[in-house]
Amino acid sequence: MRDHLNPSGQQDAFGTRINREPDPLLAMGLPWLTIILAALAPLSPIIAPAPVLPPLAFLALIAWRLLRPNLLPLWAWLPLGLIDDLFSGQPFGSGIMLFSLALIALDLFEGRFPWRNFWQNWAVAAVLIVAYLAIAGLVSGAQLTLVQMGVIVPQALLSVVLFPIMAALIGLLDRLRLLHVRRID
Amino acid sequence: MVVPAAHKSGANKRAQLGLFAGYLVAGSGALLGACLLVISLFSPQTFQGLRSMAVDLVSPAGDAGALGRVEGRNVFEAIGGYYRAGSRNARLEREVAVARVRLAEAEALRRENERLRAVLRISQGATRPVTVARLIGSTSASARRFAYLSAGQRHGVRAGMPVTSPLGLVGGVLEAGAFSSRVLLLTDSESMVPVRRAGDDVTAFAEGRADGLLRIRLINLGINPLKRGDVFVTSGAGGLFRPGVAVAVAVQITEDGAVAQLLSNPAASDVVTVEPIWQRAAVEQLAADPALPLPDASPAPSPIGSPTPQASASRRPAPPASPTASPAPSSAPTTAEADSEAAQ
Repeated sequence: MRDHLNPSGQQDAFGTRINREPDPLLAMGLPWLTIILAALAPLSPIIAPAPVLPPLAFLALIAWRLLRPNLLPLWAWLPLGLIDDLFSGQPFGSGIMLFSLALIALDLFEGRFPWRNFWQNWAVAAVLIVAYLAIAGLVSGAQLTLVQMGVIVPQALLSVVLFPIMAALIGLLDRLRLLHVRRID
Repeated sequence: MVVPAAHKSGANKRAQLGLFAGYLVAGSGALLGACLLVISLFSPQTFQGLRSMAVDLVSPAGDAGALGRVEGRNVFEAIGGYYRAGSRNARLEREVAVARVRLAEAEALRRENERLRAVLRISQGATRPVTVARLIGSTSASARRFAYLSAGQRHGVRAGMPVTSPLGLVGGVLEAGAFSSRVLLLTDSESMVPVRRAGDDVTAFAEGRADGLLRIRLINLGINPLKRGDVFVTSGAGGLFRPGVAVAVAVQITEDGAVAQLLSNPAASDVVTVEPIWQRAAVEQLAADPALPLPDASPAPSPIGSPTPQASASRRPAPPASPTASPAPSSAPTTAEADSEAAQ
């Protein structure tokens, strides 16, 4: 039984534990919201003459999936990939296909290697990101020239370097997601 | 650390079945995506409506962001201006002195041009812009180079219209939604603009390269006459872009042309202008003038005036063998006429 006289026992990282619980809408909806917002990045005020920004929606999807494997269902590819396709400039369908392939790949990999650490997560994400950018470039409908291939390299490097930051951000949002905000009457 | 596996079934029959169903759904998702991808690669306009609607929905946010970009840049430029005030002032005074002379020359040329136009009985016909709008975003993570424009069909924007900034050509409208539209930027590898060197008639094609530069490919192969610093303007061939709009400046000479830098960086354009498709006006003008011969006017040729989706999706003009001929042979005299007019 908890010590009622000790105030620290009534608190945890997500707020007071008495009479409160996480909000189900926030807890389940935040991953979707972040990935959708990341998919809207093409409408940010950056007008790039070359592909420079990392594929933020894909990064967010991978980060959520690595952090909370059970949170996103296996069918999450469809709505998320579709929304990404609407804005990313890729031909329609490339996001749907690549997101679902990435989720399946992660699932299979996880079954084989259940152990995790930071470096392994980063390595897995790096492989997925490079594969995603390469395939997305192949199917984008742009002419495949040496210049085109060369442009992907800095973008892939930036995306790989950015992934831990994205993972940390998603970790922060995950704590926000589980805050005890709902009052139980 | 062992993380609970996402989809672990164990001996539970029901969980196994659920897992199987999950993989089935995900696998069919990949297949569905692949099918959609093939469809959209072969006919890029299939999902145009869906895409336009989505961008229409979120374009107000993009519009606010674009304003922020312009304001932000202005602040930084203002700060930077203080550091370079003295030297810049001296340079500007020199430039103004030169510009006055050039202005006088240009005025003389304008007079002469007017006189020649009067001789040819071509009215001035200044192009009225369709609308003025902001670029509210671009596909900065994809290998394709599209930008989103904050004006759509409600503002008169139609597919195929050229988009320019005061510094030069930015691109052409690819899809027009109700309140927003998608612009194919010049640097997209599917974009190709007929250009000529400003000052003489060395004609070429300006193709987009993936890295933000343009590739200038000469039409007449042989000795490469280009030099670094040559400025290219639209030639008007093909009929989409009116002649004489600045496009790029050559920065590196290659075997069959040059690599050129874009003159109007879309990221630096505050507002852009959507112009009407140029050939339509020229054809109308030609038809209105009885003195000029109109070859076989009956089948009403407007191949560019109402571009087919396929044509505007990948704007590939006529093969280099007949560079100045526009896609339809019946409108070739129009273009040639306009070319010679622009060359004066």
